[in-house]
Amino acid sequence: MEDTTTLTINGLEVTVDSSMTVLEAARYMGFPIPTLCHMDGLSPYGACRLCVVEIGEPPRSRLVSSCTYPVEPGLVVRTASTRVLRARKMILELLLASCPQSKTIQDLAAAHDVRQQRFRQEHEDCILCGLCVRMCEEQMMAKAIGFRGRGEKRSIGTPFDIKSEECRLCGGCIYVCPACQLRCTYNEPDKAICGGCANLSPPCIEKEGFDDMLCYMSPCVACEIQKPA
Amino acid sequence: MTPFNTMRHFKTYQANLCARAGKTRAIIVPAGTCGRASGAMKVVEALQKAMETAAPDGRLELRVTGCHGFCQMEPSVLAAPDGVFYPRVNPKDAERLIQAAAAGEIVEDLVWRDAQGKPVPLQKDIPFFARQKRSILGRNESVDPERVETYLESGGYSALLRALAKDPEWLVDQVKQSGLRGRGGAGFPTGVKWELLARQPLNGGKILVCNADEGDPGAYMDRSVLEGNPHSIIEGMLIGARATGATTGIVYVRNEYPLAIEHLHLALRQARDMDLLGQNILGAGMAFDIEVVEGAGAFVCGEETALIASIEGLMGQPRQRPPFPIQKGIGGKPTGINNVETWANIPVLIEMGAEKFAEVGAERNSGTKIFSLVGKIKNTGLVEVPMGITIKEIVEDIGGGPSSDAPVKAIQTGGPSGGCIPTSRFDLPIDYDSLSRAQSIMGSGGMIVMDANTCIVDVAKYFMAFLKDECCGTCFSCRKGTQRMYEILEDITEGRATVDQLDLLEELALVVKDTTLCGLGQTAPNPVLSTLRYFRDEYLEHIEQKRCPAGVCKALITYSINENCTGCHACVKACPTGAITGERKERHIIDPEKCTKCGTCRSVCRQNAVEVA
Amino acid sequence: METKVDAGAVLAIANRHEGSHGALIAMLEEIQELYGYLPEDALRLLARDTGRSLVDVYGVATFYRAFSLKPRGKHHICACVGTACHVRGAAQVVQEFERQLNIRAGETTEDGEFTLETVNCLGACALGPIVLVDGKYYSNVDPAGVKKIIKATITQQPAQQAESKAPAQRKRQLSASNM
Repeated sequence: MEDTTTLTINGLEVTVDSSMTVLEAARYMGFPIPTLCHMDGLSPYGACRLCVVEIGEPPRSRLVSSCTYPVEPGLVVRTASTRVLRARKMILELLLASCPQSKTIQDLAAAHDVRQQRFRQEHEDCILCGLCVRMCEEQMMAKAIGFRGRGEKRSIGTPFDIKSEECRLCGGCIYVCPACQLRCTYNEPDKAICGGCANLSPPCIEKEGFDDMLCYMSPCVACEIQKPA
Repeated sequence: MTPFNTMRHFKTYQANLCARAGKTRAIIVPAGTCGRASGAMKVVEALQKAMETAAPDGRLELRVTGCHGFCQMEPSVLAAPDGVFYPRVNPKDAERLIQAAAAGEIVEDLVWRDAQGKPVPLQKDIPFFARQKRSILGRNESVDPERVETYLESGGYSALLRALAKDPEWLVDQVKQSGLRGRGGAGFPTGVKWELLARQPLNGGKILVCNADEGDPGAYMDRSVLEGNPHSIIEGMLIGARATGATTGIVYVRNEYPLAIEHLHLALRQARDMDLLGQNILGAGMAFDIEVVEGAGAFVCGEETALIASIEGLMGQPRQRPPFPIQKGIGGKPTGINNVETWANIPVLIEMGAEKFAEVGAERNSGTKIFSLVGKIKNTGLVEVPMGITIKEIVEDIGGGPSSDAPVKAIQTGGPSGGCIPTSRFDLPIDYDSLSRAQSIMGSGGMIVMDANTCIVDVAKYFMAFLKDECCGTCFSCRKGTQRMYEILEDITEGRATVDQLDLLEELALVVKDTTLCGLGQTAPNPVLSTLRYFRDEYLEHIEQKRCPAGVCKALITYSINENCTGCHACVKACPTGAITGERKERHIIDPEKCTKCGTCRSVCRQNAVEVA
Repeated sequence: METKVDAGAVLAIANRHEGSHGALIAMLEEIQELYGYLPEDALRLLARDTGRSLVDVYGVATFYRAFSLKPRGKHHICACVGTACHVRGAAQVVQEFERQLNIRAGETTEDGEFTLETVNCLGACALGPIVLVDGKYYSNVDPAGVKKIIKATITQQPAQQAESKAPAQRKRQLSASNM
């Protein structure tokens, strides 16, 4: 007998597998929820906060990240309430202000009608979504890169910022990155995953160690723009 | 220390100690970290020396204790049992104090005096103390944290003896009935927490944690309890263990408190030696022990789930709830986390009885709370008051009003998760619910007093700088949100902002509050939202008139010298950048290029000649 | 110039705390007490001895403010920038230190003499602004007093104006008696 849970999403009563998250349940029912740090095959992380949904009934309702929240019997979920939409738009505005060159983020912003840019423009090439870290750890079992630091100084890279002994140059991290997803512009994009990207910042390998590396990547805007000192 | 393998054995020993308490004359010096920093140990040395000649036959005892709370007056001395208080003691006066204390007399010229100069020799009559109800801090006056006998003398561990003779359910019920709420900040009913923990299946062993991370800057009440009376925490946790079935205890203490850590280790050793901790406590068949885990400098680790991660040896990243720590905490085991002050209240409430405990304080906010009253207030220190007392009473009657001519403008409560409350709302009672309705929180009890020379926008900016550094950085909305809020506040304080940015600030603040996973991010917008609510005008003045009325925001002020200047040269000597020039007896000039606006000239000028505009 | 790290000492530290609560953090604290900071080699050894990935060890070492991955100066200046001290002008004091020593907070002077750090509350709020130098507390510090404190630290004489009170900061007794 299957283990199922019944909950209410957007007024609709649904019965799904008990092991599902709210995100999975909502998508299963066809409700769209944007995500950035989520990827099937990798564990959920809940960092980007784009997938927030409203659970519970007012005035005790709150927003939670649907990718990490397991379904509960009797849970009441709204995937597009005013609070949720307001939150999504602001988060996208923030994302755009940090990472304007990312096509993924641009597309998401356009899809959610984010038209204004009220924050000072930055040009970061990392939004700390952690997809690369999870890819490296969970799919490649290498754990060559990870988070370090805290707060606004948090970053991703190799320990001590030097060439990693664990890195097998698989290029998985580059492949999943939403901030610089379309750097690779080799004429067959599906195959253009090079294993030695000199454009990734912070650097996970020392550039000098690769004399005859051929880089097929067209530089993306982020690394062209000098960061202010 | 002999082990006590039966409760009866221990009870007799304790009763003997209690019998002789209060009979000896003692001279008491509070020497917590702040006491020591103001020279308490020099006073202790001097008193010791003076005792050798002035009171050699043991008729007077010298006792070194933890913090009593009147930090502004330290190093201070208390003569027991009469309760005579001597403020700001000079080691030179040691002999006179010893002689007077031994004879039960008072040294008139050394006692505390009120604003009119009238002497008030007894501590209980001094306004700072008179309005307090010192159930917890009061114990610090008689307990020497290094000598467990002093704790027993004052009735310590009586509550434990009572608890061991009762059922766990009765204990949980008592805590519920007392109405005690978590003193760490959120104010969750402790009895309910214990009940939930008691109901949990064993799951490998339940854990009790004492959260001694005290990260709020400006709050140090937990430090004073840990330093001054570590056994009260041990007793509280033992009672908790009996009530909930926990077998492991952990005190997670921030590493910035070395004295507290030292006293804690000492107290734990003593407790183990006396069979108060271990496999068979006092022969009653209960097993419980406590270990100390040190923090490593992360404010976020005061949050329950981040604290758990830290104890597990990981980065202090908060986790989603459910599951709650009670269900799945450290290593997946049921874990009950309470603040230091909450634990310290447990022996008090068990001894008093739940009903009597609930009589103190306000409705749904029973008991006392220790506040750290700091900032621009005359009487800085720790105060313990019944919940429900008004802000006005604390600031004026106990605090003695502002520390300078500038009037009080607001108080900030709850640390970086709290908000500012203006003088117009000082009639508010201090309790969990009233403060949250006023857009602040009780928090751990930090109360920072601000006067007209404190810029509210600068305060909001300060808190945002703190939060963007201390947040764990996982949630994009919190990490970027606090950064961008800081950016806008910086623009405002540097005269670059537009009114649109003020609306943006508010909009952003609400989204950060809504979307972040943990309490840090959810309360991070409070300093901004509360100051916008009550001090919007001050923000607008910065933006529209490019003026900082408090004279703080450097980009918006200039220092100049007016015609009151007598040319005494004091400022020239004091100025760290040499920005002031002038002939003696002539009006001096400040070079705006060199001036760093540090304010030193203003503080040394006796003629009120330095102006800030 | 890396410190020479004793592999045996690191292993002993790792074994001492293995399986205990706090584990990795307690180990790092001990290593830091031994060397004054966390040398790279020590972290690598620790990762090997505990079986944790280097990424995890490095992550924890960089997350907590108490840890430093760079050697500290001979004199450790710790200025409190808690709220109470801030309201009494601590920011100006920090700026003056930065100006006098020509470094930013968190850095060490080139000659290795001074490390300047800020801390978010020492819990002695009645005496703010507070500066802790090599275990010695200076209270009610203002920008004018900064120069005197630096001078006093170099010459090891007590400063005149700033009140220097030794808090008798005793050595912490490491948890031999813990569980």
